[in-house]
Amino acid sequence: MIEIDAITKRYDDNTVVDNVSMVIEPRTVTVIVGTSGSGKTTLLRMINRLVEPTSGVIKLDGEDNRAIPGHELRRRIGYAIQGHGLFPHRTVAQNIATVPTLLGWEKSRIDAKVDELLTLFQLDPKTFGPRYPHELSGGQQQRVGVARALAAEPNVLLMDEPYGALDPIIRAKAQEDLLAIQKHFGTTIVLVTHDMNEAFHLADKIAVMDKGRVLQYGPPEELVRAPETPFVETLIGDTERPFRLLAIAKAGAAAEPGEAEGEPIREDKTQQEALADLLWTGRSALPVVSASGAPMGRVTLDALLKRATRPSGSAR
Amino acid sequence: MTEVFQAGLPFGLFPGGGLKIRFDKLGIVIAIIAASGLVFSTFAVLKPNRILQGQAKTILEALPAWAGYGLLILLIAAIAAALFRTSPWIKLIAAAASLTALALAIGYAAGFLTPAGNTYARVSPASGFWILIFAFALLAADALTRLQPPPWMRVLFLCITAIGIAALLFSGSWNGLSIMKEYAGRADVFWTEAGKHVTLALGSLFAAALVGLPLGILCHRVSSLRAGVLNTLNLVQTIPSIALFGILIGPLAWVALNVPGAAALGIRGIGMAPAFVALFLYSLLPIVANTVVGLAGVPREANDAARGIGMTDRQRLFQVEFPLALPVILTAIRIVLVQNIGMATIAALIGGGGFGVFVFQGIGQTAMDLVLLGAVPTVALAFAAAVVLDALIEMNSRVPNGVSAA
Amino acid sequence: MKAWLPTILRGLLFVVLVAFLLSPTTFEPVLKPLVDTNAPAIYNQGSLLDLTLQHLSTVFIATLVAIVVAILLAILVTRPFGAEFLPLSRSLVNIGQTFPPVAVLALAVPAVGFGEKPTLIALFLYGLLPIFENTLTALTNLPRSVMEAARGSGMTNFQRLMKVELPLSLPIIVAGIRLSVTIGLATATIGSTVAARTLGEVIIAGLQSNNLAFILQGGLIVGALAVLIYDGLSAVEKMLTRRLGIA
Ligand SMILES: Nc1ncnc2c1ncn2[C@@H]1O[C@H](COP(=O)(O)OP(=O)(O)OP(=O)(O)O)[C@@H](O)[C@H]1O
Ligand SMILES: [Mg+2]
Repeated sequence: MIEIDAITKRYDDNTVVDNVSMVIEPRTVTVIVGTSGSGKTTLLRMINRLVEPTSGVIKLDGEDNRAIPGHELRRRIGYAIQGHGLFPHRTVAQNIATVPTLLGWEKSRIDAKVDELLTLFQLDPKTFGPRYPHELSGGQQQRVGVARALAAEPNVLLMDEPYGALDPIIRAKAQEDLLAIQKHFGTTIVLVTHDMNEAFHLADKIAVMDKGRVLQYGPPEELVRAPETPFVETLIGDTERPFRLLAIAKAGAAAEPGEAEGEPIREDKTQQEALADLLWTGRSALPVVSASGAPMGRVTLDALLKRATRPSGSAR
Repeated sequence: MTEVFQAGLPFGLFPGGGLKIRFDKLGIVIAIIAASGLVFSTFAVLKPNRILQGQAKTILEALPAWAGYGLLILLIAAIAAALFRTSPWIKLIAAAASLTALALAIGYAAGFLTPAGNTYARVSPASGFWILIFAFALLAADALTRLQPPPWMRVLFLCITAIGIAALLFSGSWNGLSIMKEYAGRADVFWTEAGKHVTLALGSLFAAALVGLPLGILCHRVSSLRAGVLNTLNLVQTIPSIALFGILIGPLAWVALNVPGAAALGIRGIGMAPAFVALFLYSLLPIVANTVVGLAGVPREANDAARGIGMTDRQRLFQVEFPLALPVILTAIRIVLVQNIGMATIAALIGGGGFGVFVFQGIGQTAMDLVLLGAVPTVALAFAAAVVLDALIEMNSRVPNGVSAA
Repeated sequence: MKAWLPTILRGLLFVVLVAFLLSPTTFEPVLKPLVDTNAPAIYNQGSLLDLTLQHLSTVFIATLVAIVVAILLAILVTRPFGAEFLPLSRSLVNIGQTFPPVAVLALAVPAVGFGEKPTLIALFLYGLLPIFENTLTALTNLPRSVMEAARGSGMTNFQRLMKVELPLSLPIIVAGIRLSVTIGLATATIGSTVAARTLGEVIIAGLQSNNLAFILQGGLIVGALAVLIYDGLSAVEKMLTRRLGIA
């Protein structure tokens, strides 16, 4: 658990992070979004003390993060930065092994970890381990960057626009990887992004920042249903709202008893995908199946449209 | 690179025929140089003594017929190899064979030309010899440039050359040459001065690295120091070397007199101490400047990642910044070492010793072979240092500095 | 206040240098403490002004020839016709720099005799390398888009060279010239060991008669000249860079 308590960062007279408080639950993905210069990176870097706050406290599992020296703290927290920041003079394997080496792990354990991580990211350890970063594609470099951040099995992983430089297909793949890994290790992830689709796809909770303040912090659905300020509403996008709602819910949740014709959709796809399928194939209902293929009923166009309508509690 | 080599104009020897022989443009230049060395210049000079003017001899005059014609045939074959577009290996072998043959021939010519029992007569290489050496060295350099041998192979070539020259020296086949007679007269002094030369060049480099690297790191971290330090070192660089050597005589004489123990350490007003200090001062600028540039060139993300990952400042310096800046720093070391080897010759003017002793004595006595005795080892040393350090730099920058995704 | 301080200092340096050269004796009291009571404090075996002018003209002539030859060579090896020579010319520049000035100077003596000539040769060869290297770097690293545009707008090869390539390369070429002149000013002093008339004469006279004042005045005049010329050429380079909008 990360408790951020009234944290403020000032550079001279310029308040970059302004009295931010939030609690990040363990084993969740929290995404920070906001315009450029709103203080996202600064907030993130105060968690691992790459930036020292002007005032306020950050606690990790109840312990003040200033209780131990900064570099020791950072060895416990994974950190993946934009543009990966791999060391160009070290091989992929050496890059991933950096923190375990700093921590003085045994060589056999380090080797095993490197192999495990590379395999997890679908990079063959024999092929990719001895390569240098410049011999990888951008997407591969990115994955190695995340692998390095995960090498010492940190409880907390901070990611600053990790997928900024990736093309949409690789980006989607990387996001799937991240979610799988988060499940696998139970890591608490704090991720900064500019991409709202990415935010809605990954987040358990989203924090919206503007001019150093956190305007709203809550589950994606809440942000769509009840944006607290016009800024949040704009950020989510007027024309996108109905689709965002559908995007954060699974097809299985909209399933109702009944039959339908044609190609079925899996229950773990989003409702947005179900809607797209319905519109594209000109049907009014789709069969829903479980991951193993067992029938689970159907979703109908009507039901989805209802779900995408402005919730009654919402003001706007 | 490859298209560069194919860019030459192919012109056929037999315009109508299918057979095309392609000339190598650089080969034509080399052939012209070599031919002028063969035809218009002389191979060796025979002088009645070490200072007087001598009689110039062509290859056929300077060597017995079998050797003379043999050498001519070999050289003409090598020129042919240069002239046509063939594999660089063939060119390299042709160049190496010619250079070896020339080296053996000039030694042989010395024995052949010197009248029996005459100890005053001197035989030196003449302009033709040097022109031929230049032409075939050019051919070798061109072949090596085209082959692009990996660093270790270049060092290997250097070692082979050095061993070859050492073998020639030890076998005594050059003993008849004037330069070797100059050496024979002062073999002891030669090695003492060689020792001093190397001590001056390497010692001052070592001292400069010891001071310059930390200073460079400091300048990198404390930006307010940077301009001041670099400007001061730049100013030192503008003072001509002889003057700096001279200016230091005063303060060092004072130190020798007034600081207890300084004199015992060998610090004197004249001699090696001022030369050492001067070389040290000249060496500082490249080392400090390149350390700063190298460290500044470390990708920001690498530094950021290093900190984010939990490296201490020291770990970051030694594991990330320093290895990444190493090629740039090594470049400075190369510049400084080559420069110091050259500049150490000037130390002789203030009694600092080194190969310069022979150069300036030779100039004073207008005995050019004595000049050569000082100049040739200096050039050889500087050349060897450059080859070795270039190889080191290349080995260390195998990973392109700062390459990132994007 | 920071901005004009260096300019003032340089102006001051220039004034002091000119004053010293025109009337060295005025400065005698400053240098007197450096020498024995009987020894002269100001160089007395010739006019300092003459030597300085001689020094400058030697460097100037050698550099001028070096500039012309270096730029022509660099242009040659970067044209398709001379492309075959490009890799070798790079290696040669590298090798050439390992020859120490004293060795070049001494080895030139048998060919041309004592005096100005070997100095001019050594200065020329030394001056050649930095200019050639910089010109080569500049000509081979021109922005591809600009070159394409030049070709696309229908310029002939010669027009491209004169109107695009050389003007764009000028700042880097000037940087090479600057380096070459600075090296030349210092190397010319060594020319005095082979009887060239340069400021090295003053320094060597000082070394021979153990006269620190001579060494100092010779060294400082050369140093001051180097600083002023270096700064002057830096300013030219900056101006060119600014005009091209590269900065
Ligand atoms: N070291 C610093 N000194 C002074 N100001 C800084 C410093 N670091 C950041 N800032 C300022 O703080 C503000 C917030 O920066 P921050 O990097 O946190 O923004 P961000 O939200 O991550 O922006 P982006 O989305 O562009 O990455 C910016 O206005 C920036 O200029
Ligand atoms: Mg940021």
